[in-house]
Amino acid sequence: MTTATPADTATTPAVPASPMAAAGADRRWVWIVVAAAAALPLLRSVVPDIISDYRLFLMSTMMIAAIAVLGLNLLTGFNGQISLGHGAFYAVGAYTAAILMDKLSLPYWTLLPIVAVVCFVVGFLFGLPALRLEGHYLALATFALALAVPQMLKYRWLEDLTGGVQGIVLLKPEAPFGLPLTEDQWLYYYCLIVTVLLFWAAWNLLRGRSGRAMMAIRDHSMAAGTMGIDTARYKTVTFGISAAYTGIAGALSASAIAFVAPDSFGFFLSISLLIGLVVGGVASLPGSIIGGIFTVLVQNSAQALSNFVKNDIGLPYDLSPYSVYGILLLVLMYVMPTGIAGGVVMAWRRLRR
Amino acid sequence: MEQLIQQVASGLANGAIYACVALALVMIFVSTDHINFAQGEMAMFSTYISWQLIQWGLDYWIAFFAAVAISFVAGVLIERIVLRPLHTAPVLSIIVVFIGLLAICNSVAGTVWSYLIKEYPTPFPKEVFGFSGLIGAHQLGVVVVTLLVLSLLFVFFRYTPLGLAMRAAAQNPVSARLAGVRVDWMLALGWGLAAAVGAVAGMMVAHIVYLDPNMMAGILLYAFAGALLGGISSPGGAVLGGFMVGVLENLVAYLGNAIEKGFGVYIIGNGEKLTVALIIVITVLTLKPSGLFGRVVVKRV
Amino acid sequence: MVALLEVNGLRAFYGQTQALYDVAFALEQGGITTLLGANGAGKTTTLRAICNMVRTEGRVAFDGQPITGRATESIVRLGVAHVPEGRGTFTTLTVEENLRIAAYTRGRSAEVKRDLDQVFEYFPRLRERIQQQAGTLSGGEQQMLAVSRALMLRPRLMLLDEPSFGLAPLIVQEIFRILRRINEESKVSMLLVEQNAALALDLADHAYVLETGRVVMAGPSSVVKNDENIRKSYLGY
Repeated sequence: MTTATPADTATTPAVPASPMAAAGADRRWVWIVVAAAAALPLLRSVVPDIISDYRLFLMSTMMIAAIAVLGLNLLTGFNGQISLGHGAFYAVGAYTAAILMDKLSLPYWTLLPIVAVVCFVVGFLFGLPALRLEGHYLALATFALALAVPQMLKYRWLEDLTGGVQGIVLLKPEAPFGLPLTEDQWLYYYCLIVTVLLFWAAWNLLRGRSGRAMMAIRDHSMAAGTMGIDTARYKTVTFGISAAYTGIAGALSASAIAFVAPDSFGFFLSISLLIGLVVGGVASLPGSIIGGIFTVLVQNSAQALSNFVKNDIGLPYDLSPYSVYGILLLVLMYVMPTGIAGGVVMAWRRLRR
Repeated sequence: MEQLIQQVASGLANGAIYACVALALVMIFVSTDHINFAQGEMAMFSTYISWQLIQWGLDYWIAFFAAVAISFVAGVLIERIVLRPLHTAPVLSIIVVFIGLLAICNSVAGTVWSYLIKEYPTPFPKEVFGFSGLIGAHQLGVVVVTLLVLSLLFVFFRYTPLGLAMRAAAQNPVSARLAGVRVDWMLALGWGLAAAVGAVAGMMVAHIVYLDPNMMAGILLYAFAGALLGGISSPGGAVLGGFMVGVLENLVAYLGNAIEKGFGVYIIGNGEKLTVALIIVITVLTLKPSGLFGRVVVKRV
Repeated sequence: MVALLEVNGLRAFYGQTQALYDVAFALEQGGITTLLGANGAGKTTTLRAICNMVRTEGRVAFDGQPITGRATESIVRLGVAHVPEGRGTFTTLTVEENLRIAAYTRGRSAEVKRDLDQVFEYFPRLRERIQQQAGTLSGGEQQMLAVSRALMLRPRLMLLDEPSFGLAPLIVQEIFRILRRINEESKVSMLLVEQNAALALDLADHAYVLETGRVVMAGPSSVVKNDENIRKSYLGY
């Protein structure tokens, strides 16, 4: 017996979707932002203190995180399938890329299509049993996946491929065609190109028929089914696409950090993606970028924050990013259930009224 | 052969822990339809509280009961303060709040007590049961304590008016209100009891796995597997499922070991514990979501 | 003499939809009053509004005391027993447990035992099924159980939502006969909502007629019964 009455389940959506529609952002602004991002490294000679290689590297990791969050958003935000284990697909992407580079010596730029296909297949296959699960149950299955991933990566039979606990050390990609760019600068451009392409693809997907079908399934699965939408196909394919996006992010991160090891793909990673999703904005493309930026910021400023708490406030505690995440997750659900993107849109609408 | 029996016996001891956590999960699930992802971390936190009390010089059992009482109150407060306002929130919001709770419990325990592994005492004297070898004194104690807790809960739910009211509130909240039951408080009480049972599990297992903020992650996963196997809508089923999973876990490791010895091929071992749990979770969810002893939930549109 | 239940300017809402518009009526102590009306007229909503089970505005007073905005369970504890549409059976609990819930604040005292005996005196069939799972009872038995559960609250007012729904005529007659006995012997006032107007007007001494969320007619049952419009619309002759 469920406690929810039929009326309850019908009126409560699965996710607090952001009011910003998939294609909500103004196109002109998008071009301005992309152009500004592309011009950024060129300013390095002008203001070398502000645009350092390290900062560019950080921004690359933000873009990578944004792609990963977008992957989760496609599944959870736009299709209503809740995943607490997207770190698993990130890991598959990272390891696929690392193994191909390490064992087959494939150049890094050939990897992304292969990774996308591999992760799509893995996601699609996981999506099949997930078809029978909804809401809390799917969350439970993916939660279990998130916890088990590091252990699976250490499996003895895979050790030759994965390097076991040690992981795999890689080389950082170098700029092609003799372009006068440092590794970090080239990484930045590489990530920027991939990010723009992937967001453009997602935007196209979402504003079309398939996007509407995905969202219809999220809002009322059974009604979508009676309208002739093949919910099973859409859900599994969405799972595959979502995994492919997150996997590509994983592959990029393997290149960026030039290292993969099992314990960096634990539960914490999945939580980071989740927080990127809810902080940025559920079912929002710009929200995915905000979410990506945010998770990197938290992880990088945690040390500073911890020092601040210790030295300036005088509390004898280490503040981990985990605690920041925890508090934020709780507070956000009360204050801004649609994330920053959703909150901004709502505030803007209220101001204009 | 003796080794096999030993494995089964210690599997039962682990299973007792899983059964407690599984029961805690089910108590919350049947009344709210929520899966409490923070159940394990809450239990871990309770265990730290008892550890702290022992450090301050309290007797083990006093610390034990104090921690259970504190956990009960904390569980009630969490339901009233954190979850009540989200009564009609979307599923994702509720899951996110559970994950937030999990992260807070884990990180606060880590900051206050550090992430270093600690020894946790056992209240059971080594040789008091007059035999050893087959099953350790602590393991036997764990089984006894958990069975005691489970029977107490059974008596409470089956034979007391309050227990009846809680069952009624879980089964049909609208009707329960019309019978004068304060349903909101029943849910909060359910949370309190779940937290208390979880605390018992944490304090019993800490001596075996050692105390650290991440000690419950794997146990929670096994409890999930147990609850699902038995039927997440059935308290009795979840308890049985917990024991089954505990034995199964050890049998798989035993079998893997035997194969490695006999054929020299490594297939599965202790390193794959969580993967085994994942496989159980996904298999049960896809093949028989109601579990072995649960009721099938009919969905109405 | 103060009315047992007094309803004034009662409005009720489902989300944005308003279901009741300034409904007003009063119930006398000891009487049986019926609310008549077509499907969707707001009969069930009125009962729910009294117990604050929907979003409600207006004034409801029980025994002179305002109860608007109180929690459902508090209103119930004041002595308003609501026998809901669909009977509200706790299907996985036994018949005895179904009855004991309503008395759980009173513990397991001898008093509860006496109340149980009283209930079984009205509905002997339930005594035979006392340890049976309530979900396995027939529809008529579940309706008896619902009335009995309400009785266990020791109410002064009973709100009955379509007690005849889906039951065979013989069972309906039996239940209505017992309702009259309960009214007379246990001094429980009743507010009855019924599709079956003829049946309701036979049992009740007062009637109100609801149309699209408003009271359109009120009076003693005998008068309402003989009103030509009512006869045509609700009694069918």
